[in-house]
Amino acid sequence: MTGSTPITSDGADARASAPSRSGLSRRAEYDLRQRRRSTLVASVSTVLVVAAIILFVPMMPGWDRVRASFFDWETFTDSLPKLWKPFWLNIRIFLICAPCIVVVGMLVAVARGVRSPALFPLRLFATVFTDVVRGVPVILWITLIGFGVPGLFSERAWYTKPVVWGGFALVMCYSAYVAEVFRAGIEGIHESQRAASRSLGLSSSQTMRTVVLPQAVRRVVPPLMNDMVSLQKDVALVSIIGPVEALRRAGILVSQSFNFTPYVAAAVLFLLVSIPLTRLTDHLMARERRRTSGTAVS
Amino acid sequence: MSEIHPAAKLRLDRVRKSFGDRVVLDDVTLDVGAHEVVCLIGASGSGKSTLLRCVNLLEPIDDGSIWLDGVDIAEPGHDPDPVRRRVGMVFQSYNLFPHMSVLRNITLAPVKVLKRPRAEAEQNAHELLGRFGLEDKAGAFTDQLSGGQQQRVAIVRALAMQPEIMLLDEVTAALDPVLVGEVLNVIRDMRGLGMTMVLATHEMGFAREISDRVCFLHQGRVVEQGPPEQMFSAPERPETRDFLARVIASGRL
Repeated sequence: MTGSTPITSDGADARASAPSRSGLSRRAEYDLRQRRRSTLVASVSTVLVVAAIILFVPMMPGWDRVRASFFDWETFTDSLPKLWKPFWLNIRIFLICAPCIVVVGMLVAVARGVRSPALFPLRLFATVFTDVVRGVPVILWITLIGFGVPGLFSERAWYTKPVVWGGFALVMCYSAYVAEVFRAGIEGIHESQRAASRSLGLSSSQTMRTVVLPQAVRRVVPPLMNDMVSLQKDVALVSIIGPVEALRRAGILVSQSFNFTPYVAAAVLFLLVSIPLTRLTDHLMARERRRTSGTAVS
Repeated sequence: MSEIHPAAKLRLDRVRKSFGDRVVLDDVTLDVGAHEVVCLIGASGSGKSTLLRCVNLLEPIDDGSIWLDGVDIAEPGHDPDPVRRRVGMVFQSYNLFPHMSVLRNITLAPVKVLKRPRAEAEQNAHELLGRFGLEDKAGAFTDQLSGGQQQRVAIVRALAMQPEIMLLDEVTAALDPVLVGEVLNVIRDMRGLGMTMVLATHEMGFAREISDRVCFLHQGRVVEQGPPEQMFSAPERPETRDFLARVIASGRL
């Protein structure tokens, strides 16, 4: 206690009752100080890191070479417009695959949970499906299905196009992953909810549809969005079986210009979509956390 | 014990239930007459909750039979859904559906199971809510309600199916002492309406007040049953006396 001013009853009263100079509560004043300090620390450390990168990377011996072949502004502005249209194909594949994946994934998840003996084959199929599909790399599935299935047809039609079967392979792979997400959500719903629903006379399928799934879906939206962000990028894998989407088009431009900058341009396009999606996911996760845990602990 | 109630609404006949090696219900025989209120008392783990869950067919029984209006509902392979429509159940932890409003919680089963028109089910729900002082909560979600309100909604939800029997599984056990009273009032009201009820409870004072018959369960057996005055003042069996002595010692009677 040495050095501290003795607290008279007078002083204590003044401290407790008088509003501080700024007119803020003690708590708000403290928060404000903390916030200013954090902002300062964050800005300084960011400036230092960015400055280090700007300073030191150009000092690397091969920097001029790398800059010329990866970050050539002229090639960049030249290739970006040529990538818009192929990138639109990526977006279309994504927009068609994503809803299919959600539907198939949910069906597989529900099928894995059925307990009725008559539906055992369905459950078995769903289990084998998720195991086999997840056990093989996505790129390999796309190659096998994209090249293999069109070979079954003798005619040429829309359904013999590699892009269709590449999309099919994507739906298949992602459904298996998404099914696991849904299954976790379904199993996360407490047994007492099912008991309450069944005790009211609802059948097990009515219980699944009206009580379990709506709650499960709400909980799995954030992890589901994660899978969607990753799907958006994996659409580029379809390029290996032929369709000229952004990555393949960039590859063609690279081979024409002997410069890797078109790949960087393609990367920028992917970022334009995936960053907003990732931000949205984080926002949804934070909202879900707030909703389920009451107060957040920093 | 073997005396059979002539107008038994519900009859449990030598019901056995075990979880693994643990016998939870050991030849339980119990008759509940129409409009009768039976309280099940006993220590935690004595089988009260399991008994109620078995009657609602949420747990299959291993042996014995359960008769509802002279029909064996526990017969293996018997469709449980029609039985559950006639038997309402209220749980200790309310188990309301958190993604639905109070009104939807209540109308869900009448609409989906009894195929009532939605408007009619909603009108009925509003009437029930009004009767239990919850008329302004129809649009609320469960996380906006107190525990007592949630449990009253859960009771209304079960009542909306117009059940012939209500099973209440320690419905006040999760509640703040201040909120217990409002739920007990609802149960008193139901008794006034002539509802047949089986309650598992730790509220001995309430059991004494409300029940026609008190049933003491000990290690999965009905050790003693009788009118509340006799059970609480002059229990015959040493297990019952021992249990009540411990309840009194803990200040709960």
